[in-house]
Amino acid sequence: MIAIVDYGVGNLFSLCSSLKKIGADAVVTSEKNTIENADKIILPGVGAFADAAEKLRLSGLDEVVKAQAKAGKYMMGICLGMQMLFEKSYEYGCYEGLGLLKGNVVAMKGVIDEKLKIPHIGWNALHFTKPHFLFKYIKEGDHAYFVHSYYATDCEDSVIATAEYGKHVTAAVAKDNVLGCQFHPEKSGDVGLAILRAFCEVKG
Amino acid sequence: MITKRIIPCLDVRDGKVVKGVNFEKLKEVASPVELAKFYSDSGADELVFYDITASAEGRKLFTDVLKEAARSVFIPLTVGGGIRETSDFERVLACGADKVSVNSGAIANPDLISEAAKKYGDQCVVISADIKRVKGRFHVFAKGGREDTGMEAVSWIQRCVGEGAGEVVVNSMDTDGVKNGFDLELLKAVCEAVDVPVIASGGAGKAEDFIKLFRELPKVDAGLAASVFHFGEIAIPDLKRKLRDSGVNVRL
Repeated sequence: MIAIVDYGVGNLFSLCSSLKKIGADAVVTSEKNTIENADKIILPGVGAFADAAEKLRLSGLDEVVKAQAKAGKYMMGICLGMQMLFEKSYEYGCYEGLGLLKGNVVAMKGVIDEKLKIPHIGWNALHFTKPHFLFKYIKEGDHAYFVHSYYATDCEDSVIATAEYGKHVTAAVAKDNVLGCQFHPEKSGDVGLAILRAFCEVKG
Repeated sequence: MITKRIIPCLDVRDGKVVKGVNFEKLKEVASPVELAKFYSDSGADELVFYDITASAEGRKLFTDVLKEAARSVFIPLTVGGGIRETSDFERVLACGADKVSVNSGAIANPDLISEAAKKYGDQCVVISADIKRVKGRFHVFAKGGREDTGMEAVSWIQRCVGEGAGEVVVNSMDTDGVKNGFDLELLKAVCEAVDVPVIASGGAGKAEDFIKLFRELPKVDAGLAASVFHFGEIAIPDLKRKLRDSGVNVRL
């Protein structure tokens, strides 16, 4: 069973629907016990970092997620959920992340070519920087759907895929059992479903 | 690099897809859920669901249709129509919408954009503007194109982006339903004024109209259309191949 961590940030409907579509057994939960008993964890997230991090902390689930990650359970952060796996975010200030992955989240503004629009919205091609089981059903150059204005940097040891948007933007990360996608697999059509399937199938 | 997006728009009324020609004489086309699946399978990059009557009649969106669509298609869904307060964002986001477009709601209450952007992020808030030339000026229209606000369109869009709108849908009422190409003059003016993604709407009649759009205005990110897709006048796989062959980067 996969526990989708519910800490009050939206858009779990599509994530649940996509997991159901691939036949995965998933529950949306804010229960400590359910998360602890799950085989895998998905940490979703949309919106602003500070607000989401605060909600996760207030729910007390930040410590649960951290403990589960350290115990070796497979988990995947999606979009803002991926960004929260890192040490710090500089979105409207400086906020602590979960610190499960080395790196920080910074604004694309001022870093990428100023002619490029921000947010980075739309379908972009994935370039694999390391082989990974998440990519077993997709191929180099397949497109995924991105929506973000901040990106993970200083994370060389965990990045497994990038997307070209003025620079090599971190698209997917993995360090042992802790995985993350900047793009939305639940909104990336068949490519996204294939990534979720690979995650669901891995034995942890 | 990021691809240009092709977006079918499903105008929904009473759970059915309709398409207005210049916003009048509404015609029933098909089940929105079936159509959404069909488009997703054909390679549509995103779908827009508009409750076209909501602004005028205060009708809430048919969230059942949205939910059902979000259960079967896994591409981004934008929802518009009848969005007046942040609780309306909550309502549609909970049913699987990814982005919410505001039109009349933002005209009535411009703070709606900043409130929603703060709560859900800029990328979630789309300003959609129905625009028509009135005595040589671009005017913003409210209530599904029935009410001239008198506001100049480009400065209105700039203001909305300043408040936090992360994307702009520019719907030209002058070219809508005419099928003779997008309103390049209007789109150019908007593209020069804002630096968020711009979605062109109104006027697509054939694949060449999309090619012309993206070639002449490289800053336009997406092309949106309804009836030409619904009636099969343009098949999306065919359109995308033509775009690719013309040097436009698309997802195939």
